[in-house]
Amino acid sequence: MIKWSTLLLSLLLSTTVLAETPQQRGLAIATAADTADNGWGDSSATMVMTLRNRQGDTTQRKIRNRQLEVKGDGDKSLTIFDSPNDVKGTAFLSHTHATRADDQWLYLPALKRVKRIASNNKSGPFMGSEFAYEDITSQELAKYTYSWLKDEIYDGRESHVIERIPTYKHSGYTKQIVWIDTTMLQPLKIDFYDRKGALLKTLTSHEYQQYKEKFWRPGRMEMVNHNNGKSTTLSWTDYKFGNGFSKRDFDKNSLKRIR
Amino acid sequence: MNRASLLSLLLLSCLTTPLIAVELSGNINSEFRYFANPPLNPQQHNENFALSAKLEMAKEWDNGYQLILFTPYLRLDQGDSERTQFDIRELIWSKAANEWELRVGIGQLFWGVSESQHLVDIINQTDLVAEPDGDEKLGQPMINLALIRDWGTVDLLLLPYFRERTFAGKNGRLRPAILVEQNNPRYESSRKQYHRDIALRWSHYKGDWDFGLSYFNGTSREPDFLLNGQQLQPYYRQIEQLGIDLQATKEGWLWKLEAIQRRNREGHYNAATLGFEYSFYGVYESSTDVGLVVEYLYDSRDNSAPSAFQNDLMLGLRFALNDTQSSEALIGTLTDIENGSIIYSVEASRRLGDNWKATLEGRIFQNIATTDPLYSYRQDDYLQLQLGYYF
Repeated sequence: MIKWSTLLLSLLLSTTVLAETPQQRGLAIATAADTADNGWGDSSATMVMTLRNRQGDTTQRKIRNRQLEVKGDGDKSLTIFDSPNDVKGTAFLSHTHATRADDQWLYLPALKRVKRIASNNKSGPFMGSEFAYEDITSQELAKYTYSWLKDEIYDGRESHVIERIPTYKHSGYTKQIVWIDTTMLQPLKIDFYDRKGALLKTLTSHEYQQYKEKFWRPGRMEMVNHNNGKSTTLSWTDYKFGNGFSKRDFDKNSLKRIR
Repeated sequence: MNRASLLSLLLLSCLTTPLIAVELSGNINSEFRYFANPPLNPQQHNENFALSAKLEMAKEWDNGYQLILFTPYLRLDQGDSERTQFDIRELIWSKAANEWELRVGIGQLFWGVSESQHLVDIINQTDLVAEPDGDEKLGQPMINLALIRDWGTVDLLLLPYFRERTFAGKNGRLRPAILVEQNNPRYESSRKQYHRDIALRWSHYKGDWDFGLSYFNGTSREPDFLLNGQQLQPYYRQIEQLGIDLQATKEGWLWKLEAIQRRNREGHYNAATLGFEYSFYGVYESSTDVGLVVEYLYDSRDNSAPSAFQNDLMLGLRFALNDTQSSEALIGTLTDIENGSIIYSVEASRRLGDNWKATLEGRIFQNIATTDPLYSYRQDDYLQLQLGYYF
């Protein structure tokens, strides 16, 4: 009896899958990816950002990142700059929200001043790099609409290719094409299209590692700007989960004692 | 191994373990100032060189919940002995818990939102001789308990010792025409510098509104001046100050308000700064942001105000190139609406390589009315170049 119902259920499910529109399928994949990454709690990591200009000259920045998962709302993140030396101690606090504008504060250590900053500067470059603010803040499910394009082998890995369109205001992009690995459910590549609909940048993520037997994180990310020939590499190390962070570690007061 | 060498080894390891963990950073800044016009007084210099160093030593433990900060600051000035100074900007221990934070020592605490002047910010004394715009502050001895609740943060402060404001000396520029007798101040309180000041502030945010309400009772950071022979004697009164600071962040608009009411034995006055900052991002498809800053400065004492900013308008343009060198500039004017006095100002900076930063600053005082407190500065148009090494 149970077996029959299971069979019936799976039949039903597969027919619904077949009858799915590309939009439903795209949303289903994005939801599955979001669910697969649920429950990480908190994390911290260190990142070296290498900026490369058209001539190939490079400069580096060292940045630490702390994140707190928030159930029912967007995540909180804290970004601390260790270099270049003149901005050492500068900290950027972001409370992302799924449906309304994010709350963002900046701590300027030279003036001991916490400044609330406008969060509509989504498309502006982060620290002079090819990453925009919207590329590095928390990717909430509700921030895009989705549409499945195809499944294909990308870089030797089976992947879903979906198109996502930002629903938030002030995005610098009209659309993004994302290659999502079918087993990790993590992006391998993202093409960013600018306001005129032309291909602007490509992000590829490499050296994925699994933490706590569940959460995949890239060891390296490469962003190439096709317009200006510049690129930025993010190298991630020291991923740690379960640091015991609370919301107090991500409030305005915490900014002043960040080291 | 004998007992003495074992003991010295133990001592050595005790001494070096915390030393190794101390995080050291800071900067060394060279500054050159060129004054375009001859001074009011021939003793005052025309060109000046200064060197300053700020070291910051930090030691944290207890998962970052306890911290000691030590920030000594030294400035050597070529032309003005009053500008040569050693100060402890910070020497403070802090402990953070879930619902409170305690900070004890010499510290720095900033309150407020405005750009043109800082009315609400009253905890630290202004190191006026270091920066004429008043952004540089002296270290303030304090006990600060912050209570952190869902309905906001309450800061309670006990300030057991008062720091006198710094002024340029007889050879220095950017000073009142009559010399300030800064080593001989007068106090209203018989306890003088040892009057125990108290302050409290409630601050919170709700959606895109950030706000604070503050109260201060103690020695005014801003002195009155008494004419004492050929010099001005600073007179530090006892005051009470109520303050409010508010910022509404509405997309590209930052709406800002700071207002105070200050009372002393003889009466009270109100002062306010009201304005906005609006940003255009990525202008002309570049990565440059341009911000428009407009602030109105009010003081109810009107023309009798010792403040130059009693009915003034600040207009500024802020440029951020968002390039690898973090190039930035702020150009602006501050105009007295009644008497037409104008200050033109420019501040620009750019990183050179990874560890150096160049800063250019200039001010022109134009059409300064004889009744304006800035009248003493009328010959002091200057251009300043700073080159700093950061580590």
